[in-house]
Amino acid sequence: MSTDSRFVHKMWQEQELSKMVKGGVPFPMLSDAGGQIGQIYGVYDEAAGVDIRGRFIIDPDFVIRAMESLTPEVGRNPDELIRQVKAFQHVRATGEVTPSGWQPGQVTLKPGPALVGKVWEAWKP
Amino acid sequence: MPEMKEGCVKPARGPILPASQAAAPATGTTTSQEVKRVLARVGKEAIDFEANAFVEGVGFKPVKLSDYKGKWIVLCFYPGDFTFV
Repeated sequence: MSTDSRFVHKMWQEQELSKMVKGGVPFPMLSDAGGQIGQIYGVYDEAAGVDIRGRFIIDPDFVIRAMESLTPEVGRNPDELIRQVKAFQHVRATGEVTPSGWQPGQVTLKPGPALVGKVWEAWKP
Repeated sequence: MPEMKEGCVKPARGPILPASQAAAPATGTTTSQEVKRVLARVGKEAIDFEANAFVEGVGFKPVKLSDYKGKWIVLCFYPGDFTFV
């Protein structure tokens, strides 16, 4: 989503993105005319008139699970996005929690009184 | 791709605030504009919206965030087309 119109989105897809991704990007390219949606999500820069690099993960219950926002100079890391989605999916499926830097397949933690003071034993990255 | 019948001005609804938020008066102001408070917070329900969109293979259509309710959603903002994201 950006403040560009849907017409500009179409041109970007056809002129550039389709040359970088086979078939073009498959998801909807949304237009935030006037930045109204970016304001509600806290990522609209009024001075520049654009949305900054905001990213949100929303779960199947429509609850926001993660948010990240960067000023425009630095691009994002899709690997970290995918890691976070997989971690939230794992937590939702199992009730376990994932320690820092967790990757799928690695040890998770079961929160509770028994874990207090024992994280150092359960988790040795 | 189907023919796109579309004028250049076709506003989408933008933010669709829950009744409790929309009814809250803008304190200390007399503006008739919508309240532009930041409402997105982790652990809270996402704020729905409708935006005009270009969708590959479909064309132009309005898309609501709640169209994807029940799925995992990544919502991504970026400053501008033809730049990196």
